[in-house]
Amino acid sequence: MRSWKWEATAGRALLILVVFVAVAAPWLAPNPPDRQFDAYLYAPPTRIHGTYFYPLRLISRLERRFEEVRERPVSVRWFGAGHLVSSADPNDPLLLLGADSYGRDIFSRLVYGSRASLGLAALATLATMIFGAVVGGIAGYAGGAIDEILSRFSDFVLVLPAIYVVLALRAVMPLVLPPGQVFALLVGIFALVSWPVVARGVRGIIASEREREYVTAGRAAGASPMRLLAVHLMPAARGYLTTQATLLLPAFILAEATLSYVGLGFPTSVPTWGTMLYDASNVALVGEAPWMLAPAAAIFLVVLAVNLVVQGSGRPPLVR
Amino acid sequence: MIRFLLRRLAFALLLVIAVSSAALLLTRLAPGDLTSELGPRARPEDVARARERFDLNRNPLAQLGGWAARAARLDFGDSFLYDRPVSPLIRRAAGNTAVLAATALAIATFLGIPLGVVTGSRSSALAACIRGASLVCLSIPPLLASLLLVFLASRTGWLPSGGMTSVAAIDAGWPAWLLDVARHLPLPALALALPLAATFERLQAQAMTETIHQPFVVAALARGVTWRRLLIDHAWRPSLRSMCAIYGLAIGALLSGSFVVEYVTAWPGLGRLMYEALRARDIYLVAGCAAMGGIFLAFGSLVSDLLLFAADPRVREGSGK
Repeated sequence: MRSWKWEATAGRALLILVVFVAVAAPWLAPNPPDRQFDAYLYAPPTRIHGTYFYPLRLISRLERRFEEVRERPVSVRWFGAGHLVSSADPNDPLLLLGADSYGRDIFSRLVYGSRASLGLAALATLATMIFGAVVGGIAGYAGGAIDEILSRFSDFVLVLPAIYVVLALRAVMPLVLPPGQVFALLVGIFALVSWPVVARGVRGIIASEREREYVTAGRAAGASPMRLLAVHLMPAARGYLTTQATLLLPAFILAEATLSYVGLGFPTSVPTWGTMLYDASNVALVGEAPWMLAPAAAIFLVVLAVNLVVQGSGRPPLVR
Repeated sequence: MIRFLLRRLAFALLLVIAVSSAALLLTRLAPGDLTSELGPRARPEDVARARERFDLNRNPLAQLGGWAARAARLDFGDSFLYDRPVSPLIRRAAGNTAVLAATALAIATFLGIPLGVVTGSRSSALAACIRGASLVCLSIPPLLASLLLVFLASRTGWLPSGGMTSVAAIDAGWPAWLLDVARHLPLPALALALPLAATFERLQAQAMTETIHQPFVVAALARGVTWRRLLIDHAWRPSLRSMCAIYGLAIGALLSGSFVVEYVTAWPGLGRLMYEALRARDIYLVAGCAAMGGIFLAFGSLVSDLLLFAADPRVREGSGK
């Protein structure tokens, strides 16, 4: 088979870039994510002419038509005031991806939103990994009835379409919650729905690894089952866990986006990729302001990055 | 074979019962109930009547028992939101979802599998292009695909951007109605099908590549079988085995995907109905939708098993499952 190593490299590079964006958000974003520029509702992306740009003037609020004010160029400032790039005049914003229905800078919201979206997905992935590894490890090591119950249960959960379970669990909680509680709740729900997948895989690995000589040797040397499991057996599942993590991360990003899109995720005041898509859900407006779909492009990039990594490693794609 | 089928049927029954009971209990135990739909200024006697009608005064387990006893006689209770029995509502929504999902599955199959045979059996510029396109489609899950297609539709006006019928077509007789539905169908069906087609393409390509390197294929080549016949008669059929296993999972993926697609494109299907019901705590409608979803899933895994049975003689001869 031909090797497609560059795909994995490109995918990893993309992922690192996205993480960098999330970490460096305050530096990368030219404007505060919730600042509303009242004269810039649905403004198109700013066109930069070399070192300066022209501020926009609203011509028709009804048709959302803007005109560049040619008389008054505003210079683009690099590495100033703690930002990578920003406008020299705080009243004439630099809108790299245009503005939304409140006149907020979509690029800045996208950059800040990556923190909530990626943070939630990363934390949920971590929780799923830990929970799945613990339960799967115990079942694989103990065998017998525990193993049987766990396997039946995870078979059952695997059949269910995850988004419906997530939707049902989220919908039966109070519909309006503060952002912090939504974050915790979603991490909990995501982990609850997906740990059986991880547990099942870990169980299989541990159950076969248990029969190896080094485990018998460890047991003879007096290692406790807990120690054997945590120190000696779990490293065997490391590769599997890494694979699962790369697959779960985009799935969770999408789950957040879906929930926020249907109004069951974060409140719309919090910038996440999901709430930004919710803002873009008005069909008529998106036709005229396609830059509102920027979060969709961001999600696409993350999923593409993961798919590239998966492809490059020669594993089959996941059916979602 | 009979025993196998019976076991699958028992599993299906268990799935439907478990899923619908869980949905009913979850909705019941959730904070708030359907009477909040009446608004803050509802008269107390209306609230009391609604609570009485939907058994909200009984304890949850008694309610579940009562519902199950009636459901066994095919009476699934009433919907509060629509103020009529749940069954016709669900049958209609499930029909719409089935049309959408079946179309999407057909598109995905007829697009993904032949392309996968091409990319899996040779490396050419064409194969590389298909492979790249498939990677892109794989990265546009139904949520993004439907948003993108709705955007394109509203920009170009080629297709209606949402709904299942236009208002004008409702009274225009069934041929016009059918034509109208056919115009509304491609957008949600494509949104659902594209990522799935890409998945099929990738899996088929992988299965194909693996099969081509099997000794029996090499042997056939040595006997002088032409490449084309070799691909279709000798390599493709065995490679279908792993595809059949995927079909069972694909039904779950279609159901999951159809929820967002129905939501974004306003297709009046099961996912949308379930969402409305969940939000309004419309308890029997939730339970009914969950039961229907369970039936879909059970049906999907049954079909996948039967396909596997047909495609792989090793399973047919009884040593497998």
